[in-house]
Amino acid sequence: MTQHAERDTARGSVRVVRAGALTTVQDLGRPGHAHLGVPRSGALDPPAHRRANRLVGNPDGAATLETTVNGCAVRTDRPVVAAVTGAPCAVRIDGRPAPWGAAVLVPAGAVLELGAAEGGLRCYLALAGGIDVEPVLGSRSADLLSGLGPPPLSEHDTLPLGAPSGRSRDADTMPWPAPPAELVLPLVLGPRDDWFAEDAPRLLAAGAYTVSAASNRIGLRTEGPALRRAFDGELPSEGMVLGAVQVPPDGRPVVFLADHPTTGGYPVIGVVPEPRLAAAAQAVPGTPVRFLPVHGRGFRRGRG
Amino acid sequence: MRTLPVGERALLVELDADGEVGAFHAELLRRRAAGTLPEVREIVPAARTILLDGLADPRALAVELAAWTVPPLTAEAGAETEIRVRYDGPDLADVAGLWGVRPEEVPDIVGGLVFRVAFCGFAPGFGYLTGLPEHRHVPRRATPRTSVPAGSLALAGPYAGVYPRSSPGGWQLIGTTDAVLWDPRREPAALLTPGTQVRFTRDAA
Repeated sequence: MTQHAERDTARGSVRVVRAGALTTVQDLGRPGHAHLGVPRSGALDPPAHRRANRLVGNPDGAATLETTVNGCAVRTDRPVVAAVTGAPCAVRIDGRPAPWGAAVLVPAGAVLELGAAEGGLRCYLALAGGIDVEPVLGSRSADLLSGLGPPPLSEHDTLPLGAPSGRSRDADTMPWPAPPAELVLPLVLGPRDDWFAEDAPRLLAAGAYTVSAASNRIGLRTEGPALRRAFDGELPSEGMVLGAVQVPPDGRPVVFLADHPTTGGYPVIGVVPEPRLAAAAQAVPGTPVRFLPVHGRGFRRGRG
Repeated sequence: MRTLPVGERALLVELDADGEVGAFHAELLRRRAAGTLPEVREIVPAARTILLDGLADPRALAVELAAWTVPPLTAEAGAETEIRVRYDGPDLADVAGLWGVRPEEVPDIVGGLVFRVAFCGFAPGFGYLTGLPEHRHVPRRATPRTSVPAGSLALAGPYAGVYPRSSPGGWQLIGTTDAVLWDPRREPAALLTPGTQVRFTRDAA
């Protein structure tokens, strides 16, 4: 009994003071349900999400807050160890500067503010104990395509915190690499590269694309030359993977991110390997994009 | 059957006909249950393909799959579920017209068919059901509705489907069910999982 009471008071909650442009609860997503039409979802920059959790002593799968472009501000009702990772930003506790990328103690009632992302788009705020909203299919992630999980944060929302569980671990103190002037994404060709004109791989590699402002958690959209089809035809819907580069009728490639649909009817010219998607999720609109086509080894290749 | 590469951790099995997808999918599930399939995170059937995602070695599995002998799908394969439907959809008369029957004949026609969940997509728990004979296929509506009520039984092309929740949609609505198509607290969360056989019975109420 006493133990329970202690645990409850130790948990506390976090109140949203400023929600920012788009702040969502994210963990490592809900893989394994794609056959039911459920997107994987989860943090768009998983290394940053994990690093934030490690800094505050959470397991990697604890839920963090993922901000977009202009940060957010929160207030907790208990003292809490917090860490901000991902895109670099100014961190303030009741207006006083605090370190980014390090564990900081936020007093009860103080406002923790994440400023605008300086290079990159998305910051991750981990709080010791994690955001403890009700999991859906094993995950607390907000899935903006299908609406599973908690909705994006609004001002005055209150989110429950979990009980702090571990000690801050030395996160690999890798400095944030300066945002690249160009987003270079390896592209394993297939399954439908044969639907495109011969010049498609060359166009993709030419670096003529830029990140579109219409990008979101579902996909990184691009602007640039239209990829031409080798033939007209309609593809029956087929399963889609994270990192799939789908080419809609307008010919501009879209890189599928965490909230991508589980099936789709536009041909996928290639797939960006998962470890490279964090960089894609941090690329600001206007960044040049170059795809480096490589062939899927060991499979049928070439045209016929 | 052929296999296509999908990045470094997945492969796409492409089959020649809808029936083959069902049979191959059933075989994959059998082998996974028997522990003879390499670890795979997702098995996603679709119209003509099955995606296998989260594989350690897609190339090795592609070689293995090519050697499989897959038995045809038997009529009894898969779980069975019955869904009670009120035939009160706003497109019932249009569908009856396309079929050349009277609206009151639609329930018996639909009730006489056995459907099968070919795959899910569009929304969590939305199953694409095959089983409509070709002369019962109907086009999508020219103008999609901005909001289709949850539980709507709908037809489009070769498929039937039930909207798990209110959403935009362009399918022809012929009826409504109170069945809960999607409940994340249930295991499985979707009532209509791939491979499930479905019968629609008339809800007199």
